[in-house]
Amino acid sequence: MKQAQHCQVTHDKITANPKFQELVKKRTAFSWTLSVVMLAIYFGFILLIAYGKSFLGQSLSGGVTTVGFPIGVGVILSAIALTGIYVRRANTEFDELNRQILEEAR
Amino acid sequence: MNYKKLALAALLAVCGTLAATAAFAAGADLGNAQKQETNWHAIVMFVIFVGITLGITYWAAKKNKTAADFYAAGGGITGFQNGLAIAGDYMSAASFLGISALVYGSGFDGLIFSVGWLVGWPIILFLIAERLRNLGKYTFADVASYRLAQGPVRIFSATGALIVVIFYLIGQMVGAGQLIKLLFGLDYLMAVIVVGALMMVYVTFGGMTATTWVQIIKACMLLGGATFIALGVLSNFGFSFEALFTKAVEVHPKKGAIMAPGSLVTNPVDAISLGLTLMFGTAGLPHILMRFFTVPNAKEARKSVFYATGFIGYFYILTFIIGFGAITMVLTNPEYIITAGKLDLKGGNNMAAVWLAHAIGGNLFLGFISAVAFATILAVVSGLTLAGASAISHDLYASVFARGRSTEGTEVMVSKFASLGLGVIAVILGVIFEKQNVAFIVALTFSIAASATFPVLVMSMFSKSLTTRGAVIGGYIGLVGSVGCVILSKVVWVSSFGFKDPIFPFVYPTLFTMPAAFLACYVFSIMDNSERGQKERAAYPAQAIRSETGLGAEGAAAH
Repeated sequence: MKQAQHCQVTHDKITANPKFQELVKKRTAFSWTLSVVMLAIYFGFILLIAYGKSFLGQSLSGGVTTVGFPIGVGVILSAIALTGIYVRRANTEFDELNRQILEEAR
Repeated sequence: MNYKKLALAALLAVCGTLAATAAFAAGADLGNAQKQETNWHAIVMFVIFVGITLGITYWAAKKNKTAADFYAAGGGITGFQNGLAIAGDYMSAASFLGISALVYGSGFDGLIFSVGWLVGWPIILFLIAERLRNLGKYTFADVASYRLAQGPVRIFSATGALIVVIFYLIGQMVGAGQLIKLLFGLDYLMAVIVVGALMMVYVTFGGMTATTWVQIIKACMLLGGATFIALGVLSNFGFSFEALFTKAVEVHPKKGAIMAPGSLVTNPVDAISLGLTLMFGTAGLPHILMRFFTVPNAKEARKSVFYATGFIGYFYILTFIIGFGAITMVLTNPEYIITAGKLDLKGGNNMAAVWLAHAIGGNLFLGFISAVAFATILAVVSGLTLAGASAISHDLYASVFARGRSTEGTEVMVSKFASLGLGVIAVILGVIFEKQNVAFIVALTFSIAASATFPVLVMSMFSKSLTTRGAVIGGYIGLVGSVGCVILSKVVWVSSFGFKDPIFPFVYPTLFTMPAAFLACYVFSIMDNSERGQKERAAYPAQAIRSETGLGAEGAAAH
């Protein structure tokens, strides 16, 4: 019972902390934005394959290499880059904010 | 439609696994292989791999004491190690041999699958990974049922997980059987039994610790071997892609067509549905989700996805180079092809990467790559078996059957017996499916993961209105819908059952079933005015605090 009360107090403190609202707002916005970027890149690629075959098939710079290759590899690299961007911000800025919130709720 | 197929369908229905005998040209199955000459190099190297992994299992077994050790390696895996293990869990022999074969056969089109299989990872990171780690303990059902009724939600989660695990296992078993004929020159049955026996040993004795290390070692071997092949190819062309492509276009029967998208994706509805399936299916696979409980906190969970995405993306780029390498170095060598000027390889087109390894590094390296391909299957099946066993012991036994009154010891014991049971089932089904077309498995498992598991998991984390009723109805709509549509689609209805026309006109159902599941979860939740439903909604803020901050999660996987 005591444990439950203590828990409730901690929860109320966290909910009331403007930093918590800030963390949730920032992180939610950031993760959904990056998700939409990834979706747009990937489905853009899929639609290009379905509708833009001739565009993807044209020569990149006069040789046999076509435009499709850097674009396809680019999609792979963009996935790696986006995860890197997220982890970097989450492991520094968000985690610091998170640490403060937990600290202040004690 | 013949009797054998009918009998098989009936048998499956009895097994309770929703008979889905289908075929789908995913380009990533191993087909039916011809038995080759006995390859001693491969066998010796594989035996060395098995020796090392059994040693690790022995070490892990001595360390394993609690349920947290068994299910989650005590939460003591680092982000980097977990990233490698995830890559080891995810990069299958079918993707290594299958995608390089696809590139060998049609060039650019191979990229479409690799890209689809990779782009699910960022989504897992952005939406799922850290929340999963903060809320769950051993299985994703812990998260889905966090504030909902344990019974119905866990039964749903375990059903979805077990169907995915069992069919995925069938695919791996059949793949192992074909590979052993092809690469080792041994019998199909032997492969199935060896794989079944080893995975039972790894999982039962070594739990998650042994499974993780098997996956890490396999990932290193596969990445190392593939890198060596790719470097061998590129050095042959002075590290110029233009030179590699020029030669490929010159010798390939399809000529310049291999440099552009071909016939793999034509119908935009199918294309988008395929994309959704590959992308969100990854985010709903039980054995992948389970890996996030092995790290100590959300920070390491995030890091694991970054490393995993890097390794998997790098691997797919390598398979692409390997596919083109095979066009230039295997297709031109009469030693490997059946008729000059034609694509057909000795032993089937899935041998593209293997023959390329031979062309670059001779018999010894061919042996190494063969051993790696087989080790790959072991790592994947171990992860699957552990995920299936946890669904049985942690979700069904401990939470539903014993209603939380079981002890840790009995739960782990049940899990070990479940691993043995799954091993036996996998061997039996592997034998039954030997002559069946198993290509439908990708469509089936990824569709279930994307249409049933993923929506319920995401809604449980993000929707404050979700109630048990909504989650269960929405989840089953996604599950039954995706299984039903795959059965009624061309790959099962026409290819396996022999009907003339498919009832469901598209290959992948996800474009329809995933939104349907989300919608049903939402609608049936807001319509739920029961007392239980209101309590569940009232519990959301507390869940959100833990989900966002990790408060209370530190001790989840107590050591």
